[in-house]
Amino acid sequence: MAKKIVIDPLTRIEGHGKITIHVGDDGMVNNAFFHIGQVRGFEKLCEGRPFYEMPSLMARICGICPVSHLMASAKACDALMGVRIPEPGANLRRIMNLAQIIQSHALSFFHLSSPDLLLGMDADPQTRNIFGLMAANPGVARDGIRLRQYGQEIVESLGGKRIHPAWVVPGGVNAPLSVEQRDRILSLIPEGIDVILRTLGWFKRGLEKYREEIRVFGNFPTMFLGMVSASAGLGFYGDGWLRIVDSTGNIVADHVDPRTYQDFLGEAVEPWTYLKFPYYKPLGYPEGIYRVGPLARLNLVNHCGSPLADQEFAEFRTLERGAVLSSFHYHYARLIEILFCLEKMEQLLHHKDILSKHVRAFAAPNNDEGIGVAEAPRGTLIHHYKIDDQGRIIWANLIIATGHNNLAMNRAVLQVARRFVDGNKLQEGMLNRVEAVIRAYDPCLSCSTHAVGQMPLTIDLVGPEGEVLDQLRR
Amino acid sequence: MSTAPARVKTLKIDDRDVSGREEETILDVARQNRINIPTLCHVPGLSPVGSCRLCLVEIKGSPKLFPACVTLVREGMEVVTKSERLASYRKMILELLFSDGNHICAVCVSNGNCELQSLAQNLGIDSIRFPYRFPKLTVDASHQRFVVDHNRCILCARCVRVCGEVEGAHTWDLMGRGTSMRIISDMNEAWGDSETCTSCGKCVQLCPTGALVEKGKSVAEMSKKKGFLPYIVSMREGRR
Repeated sequence: MAKKIVIDPLTRIEGHGKITIHVGDDGMVNNAFFHIGQVRGFEKLCEGRPFYEMPSLMARICGICPVSHLMASAKACDALMGVRIPEPGANLRRIMNLAQIIQSHALSFFHLSSPDLLLGMDADPQTRNIFGLMAANPGVARDGIRLRQYGQEIVESLGGKRIHPAWVVPGGVNAPLSVEQRDRILSLIPEGIDVILRTLGWFKRGLEKYREEIRVFGNFPTMFLGMVSASAGLGFYGDGWLRIVDSTGNIVADHVDPRTYQDFLGEAVEPWTYLKFPYYKPLGYPEGIYRVGPLARLNLVNHCGSPLADQEFAEFRTLERGAVLSSFHYHYARLIEILFCLEKMEQLLHHKDILSKHVRAFAAPNNDEGIGVAEAPRGTLIHHYKIDDQGRIIWANLIIATGHNNLAMNRAVLQVARRFVDGNKLQEGMLNRVEAVIRAYDPCLSCSTHAVGQMPLTIDLVGPEGEVLDQLRR
Repeated sequence: MSTAPARVKTLKIDDRDVSGREEETILDVARQNRINIPTLCHVPGLSPVGSCRLCLVEIKGSPKLFPACVTLVREGMEVVTKSERLASYRKMILELLFSDGNHICAVCVSNGNCELQSLAQNLGIDSIRFPYRFPKLTVDASHQRFVVDHNRCILCARCVRVCGEVEGAHTWDLMGRGTSMRIISDMNEAWGDSETCTSCGKCVQLCPTGALVEKGKSVAEMSKKKGFLPYIVSMREGRR
């Protein structure tokens, strides 16, 4: 008998979503969907507001990655003003952005995903969380909490607040860096590097255990999209160009100006979810599937741009001959990016002009349209605004990193469900793998659709007439 | 300076024996004695209007409440500035102000430098009991240097008074009644088109909230400088 399995809500992700798995008469999985059923409407509510309020207003989309929205939004406002901001101001923004990537990646890897990796996909869900990890492996839990704390402390030290700092403004930042702030941040970096190298060590040693997950966790050919730096390395601040590579690692499009995104990115809509499906227009929908985020970035760049991260990068790229295709390796890529961020931050803090007082440009709006692009932890983030002659927002469009991965997440859910889910008898561990593949992408659903919620988990096995055949509850 | 002897009144404020000249208000005398009475529409140097009602006090022997900023001291008065009844009214007044406009502190340019916000914090307001009206109001950014955001205006009329009484331009005024009341520049024209505005910025600096602000200030950046007013006013009085 055909059945529908619903996982709602998903646990240990940022935001609120659900998965349905359709099972045929033979108990085999026919299809699977990743749904997001909320909408918040930031693009609408900002209409009429003065453009210089936008960074802080838009940062409210998310409490995990407000800094990413601050970057993209402030850059869109710079474009409205038509200014090239002072380089020390840009470097200070870069440092805050790197700190943000560190804290978000640490949250994703340690707090949300490492319980699956260290305690096991089939471990008791009561303890398969950060608290269980603290009991079973306190060293790793401590490392994760400390690493995230470093990121948050650096954001706070620069902006005065951990969440929603008002320091990033159109035209630059609103206060220069002091010697004390610089030295404080520099003092945190060595221990951060120790932690991440230790983590990369145990993660790589443990990969063998997850051979089957690596094989089916969103392991399929897609294109990869993201910003690269001016030297084709990792560049989160988004001042290089956009590059797209295919599954063999060949460059499909290079030196693309991200401001032309509407020319090559389309957005499809499906009736069963509020999250749109961006796709690469030249290949159409859904063939134009691509992935963004840590895995995509490491598949795109020629190198990272810092010594230790470049060593890890070289090793990472030997995993497969072309691009690394398994979404399981988002975790791996995330760890390498943390290492890069720490090293890059150190480089920037030693820049000769980093203490300069010249950190902000002032101008009235000179353009009626502005686009800002940055690499958020989860991928390429685009803010696009239009203003009237008084500088008030009349239109806004946001392309959120999690949205880019929507097609890939759906395909990954189906792949994992087909391999692990037996529709004849539900087992919690099967469904946890379906959730775990979503966690690998570290989606931020509060950003992409903008909602948060409580996350108890119930899984219903529903028959074609709607009757509940089986139920699991956490 | 007047040569007539000042007529001094003695009274009690919060059980303290105090004295003041007969032309002084309860608020004046309380402040001279470091007794805090919250105010919002009142600014020393501008004519008091008693419109916000935050400075309401109790006077023994009367069931009514009196606005301290416009009530003159009298001999033998016994004033109470702090009581449960007063606290509950003051809270209610502020809550009504919050529910009447669109005051979103977190994304306001005046966050951290707002008199409405700090009064609410001082009175321990952590939620609003009344339904928000969410009025649809406009932002006028037509002026080259300043912006008026009607969403954040509490109609204290400080701008109207300072513009008329101190700058002498009388650009600002109030229009409409009740919930449709707004501040307007000139004959309800765009501020940028105002013939009378001298762009002195006194209204902006005295505005207690983020309703009148300097253009280009980002969230939490708009701190206002109110020190100029007593200086200007006392210089003029001295010259007279």
